[in-house]
Amino acid sequence: MTDSVITAVPGEQTATEEAERAIDEKAYGFWVYLTSNAIIFALLCATFAVMSHNTAGGPDAQSLFRLPYTFAQTMLLLASSTTFGFASAAIAAGQRSRTLVWLNVTFLLGLGFVVMQISELYGMAAAGAGPWRSGFLSAFFTLVGTHGIHVSVGLLWIVLLGCEAHMRGLNPFVVSRLHRLGLFWRFLNIAWIGIFSVVYLPGIV
Amino acid sequence: MFGKLTIDALPLYSDIAVAGALITVFGALGVIALITWLGRWRYLWTEWLTSLDHKKIGIIYVTLALIMLVRGFIDAMMIRTQQAVALDSIGYLPRDHFDQILTSHATIMVFFVAMPFVVGLFNVVVPQQIGARDVAFPFMNSVCLWLTASGAALVMTSLVIGRYSTAGWAGYPPYSEVQFNPGVGVDYWLWAILASSVASMLTGINFLVTIVKRRATGMRLMMMPLFTWSALCTSILMVFAFPALIVAAALLGLDRYLGMHFFSHGDGGNTMNYINLFWMWGHPEVYILILPAFGVYSEVVATFSGRRLFGYESLVYATAALTVLSLIVWVHHFFTMGASQDVNAFFGRVAPLVAVPPGVMIFDWLFTMYRGRVQFSVPMLFTLGFIVTFVIGGMTGVLLAAAPADSPMQNTTFLAAHFHNIMIPGALFGYFAGYQYWFAKAFGFRLEEKWGRRAFWACIVGFYLAFVPLYVLGFMGMPARLDRYYAADWQPYLIVAELGGLLILCGISFLAIQLGVSIRDRAALSVPTGDPWNGRTLEWATASPPAAYNFAVVPHVNGTDAWWAIKQAGRAGHRPARFHDIIMREDSSAGVVIGATSFVFAFAMIWHIWWLAGLGGLGMFAAVLSQIFRNHAEHRIAASQVEAIENRRAMAPALAPGAPT
Amino acid sequence: MLTAIPFGVVAARTLRPIHIFIVISAAAIIQVVIHLRYFLHLNLKPLSENKLIALCFAAVVLLILVGGNLWILFDVNYRPMQAGGVARP
Repeated sequence: MTDSVITAVPGEQTATEEAERAIDEKAYGFWVYLTSNAIIFALLCATFAVMSHNTAGGPDAQSLFRLPYTFAQTMLLLASSTTFGFASAAIAAGQRSRTLVWLNVTFLLGLGFVVMQISELYGMAAAGAGPWRSGFLSAFFTLVGTHGIHVSVGLLWIVLLGCEAHMRGLNPFVVSRLHRLGLFWRFLNIAWIGIFSVVYLPGIV
Repeated sequence: MFGKLTIDALPLYSDIAVAGALITVFGALGVIALITWLGRWRYLWTEWLTSLDHKKIGIIYVTLALIMLVRGFIDAMMIRTQQAVALDSIGYLPRDHFDQILTSHATIMVFFVAMPFVVGLFNVVVPQQIGARDVAFPFMNSVCLWLTASGAALVMTSLVIGRYSTAGWAGYPPYSEVQFNPGVGVDYWLWAILASSVASMLTGINFLVTIVKRRATGMRLMMMPLFTWSALCTSILMVFAFPALIVAAALLGLDRYLGMHFFSHGDGGNTMNYINLFWMWGHPEVYILILPAFGVYSEVVATFSGRRLFGYESLVYATAALTVLSLIVWVHHFFTMGASQDVNAFFGRVAPLVAVPPGVMIFDWLFTMYRGRVQFSVPMLFTLGFIVTFVIGGMTGVLLAAAPADSPMQNTTFLAAHFHNIMIPGALFGYFAGYQYWFAKAFGFRLEEKWGRRAFWACIVGFYLAFVPLYVLGFMGMPARLDRYYAADWQPYLIVAELGGLLILCGISFLAIQLGVSIRDRAALSVPTGDPWNGRTLEWATASPPAAYNFAVVPHVNGTDAWWAIKQAGRAGHRPARFHDIIMREDSSAGVVIGATSFVFAFAMIWHIWWLAGLGGLGMFAAVLSQIFRNHAEHRIAASQVEAIENRRAMAPALAPGAPT
Repeated sequence: MLTAIPFGVVAARTLRPIHIFIVISAAAIIQVVIHLRYFLHLNLKPLSENKLIALCFAAVVLLILVGGNLWILFDVNYRPMQAGGVARP
């Protein structure tokens, strides 16, 4: 495979070559992990689709979903992807403080998304439309909740990496971890596009 | 304070359960006492438990598999004995206990014998076969090992504290829901499955990246050994199939813990979805178990026929075809559960196709042996036993894959006989063959032949005696999983099956004896050159046992059977002009800590001890954090040290006490 | 942005449902591709080859599993248990 270049002299390794190879492998491994995570999300979506009418006499999508709210949430998340893009550009330019600024903005936008998500789910549960009410609601809460948990993990990751970048600067390890965080963040965006296309929009139609 | 855990959790409800608990407890205490008496705790910790060396991790995996094989097999004998005696009687096992044993037997065999055996063989062999010094993610490798061990520990703990699930190894709802099974049994099953599944999925990623990225220079995909090809295909399946099981188990867990309604009876639950998700994983899983065995057979047949594999490309394409086909046939596991005719017709037409690639492979192996000089070594015996017996299992599989023929046979002992026919002479014999074949590589001395042969014969004759009656009984209409029955003409067959089981017990005992005898006679059985079988693939180029870094100089590869080519060119044992420093990953205790804390977490979740679960979870999180932000976790082996190790290896044949190579 | 289109279409409720679904699906797919291309830098160059293969394989598997799931569980003659446990004839 052409993706990584192993040195021409067999058996000779320098520390930088080893580190480079490890970084390349980690990026690829993370990519493969994301594809398996995508399957998990897809199966949760399929489960939702199968159960989308199993309301067991309880509230259904029409009564629960609010389009403007979901639109606002979506905008927050998509905006955070754009700001992460600015952070990536700053990383490429080796500018630590600009990177940290954009990471902070991304964090805040993502946090806004999560807060809106929690408040939506909490509101539904408090009104008696919790995941224990019906199969449809179980599927909804689990799918959306899983996505929210992933985003929260991403937020924690941003905090930890931001600290590391602050303390150790933009060394190759930090850069590679930021790269993987970026993959993760964009993946969550893609998952959200899938979720609102499968869950919210058809539910309101 | 202790959740649901009370003194009633002790298995005092039956003498047999007490016996099982005592054996487990004294077994564990005995091992601890032995290690203490030998003064080897420090050695165990620094050399094995915290090791990130893929070879040691592989050995621990295989050891775990063999230990759990004993437990799973005892379960099997208890089932056989109950069925042999329970005509018009309740037998000796209470029904609840019988159901627990049925569930644990299957769960252990699939998740804690077969999977660890497969991953163990991958770990020991694959990096060496591709000329790599380690897997791509050594730390994750360790985490996966200890997560798997944690799952196995959970299953063993259920013998002592609480009960095990009675819902079958597939845990079908609604029976496995809280409504019908409020106890801890299903939870024990669930958390063990989740631990094992996450570990397997991550292992798949590890080996996929390793094989794609870490091959020696010049080794293109179509030059890889067949075992590595099977590892690649198996890893792909592990990555893409296990998500379905994780989802199924997690959703069932949500139903049980948070009162959700994914699979509940009523309130909008859809039990069929569970079955669909479970088998979406379940069918690829059986290929995850058989493809490595096929890989072993390819290696063994080539080595012990003294010839190149016949039809290398066809073997690769057959493996790849099986990988893809296995993902699109899963409904044949539930033809009779109410899907429509269209669905059954589609899957009923595609499923029999999976018989074609193995047929191709068998012909390839036969043609390899034809005109070769076949040595009937123990691995070869297992291979020949496989070829003969597996064909029968395959044919019964085709019968079951055709939806109309499946209907009368679904859930009868015919089905049980079929899948044991595939799993034992197919998968398990492959693992045994691999164990016999590569033991010398891992330890530096061969396994003794005589007891190996006896083990083989006992296992294969025992297999026929144990399972052919089950085929017949299936035709006669006996359902699977019965704990008692009233048809007198079934009993003779079940008694024969019991005898078969006893013979397999002998076989497994012979394997244990073989190990003991081999260790005792290891000087006479040693393999100082590292290449006892005159092998063809690269793993035989390293020392036996290999140095931590495997290859002092990674060879450049030009074709298949790389080691054979090196030997033919007279370059075996070639020493480079100078050695270089080698950088290897440092060992770490975080893996075993994650395993231990995951056990605590799962145990606490099972018994609803929430504060303990929180502690366990935090512990896992802390251990993970301690590793993932480390930037310099390598240690450097100086060139002079490498040279010293290689010098010692070069002199080894001269120093060995006249042992054959 | 592309996201606004499906939201707007649903909110306006002017089109027939099947058309709305087509618009949603198309917008989703295009958005995903854009994400992959521009944010994740996935392209046809050799350096991305491995990742592209992994992605395509995953996509195929996903379609098979999800499609299969939906087909098996929705097919006309299948009779799931309804709430209250009464099977449809």
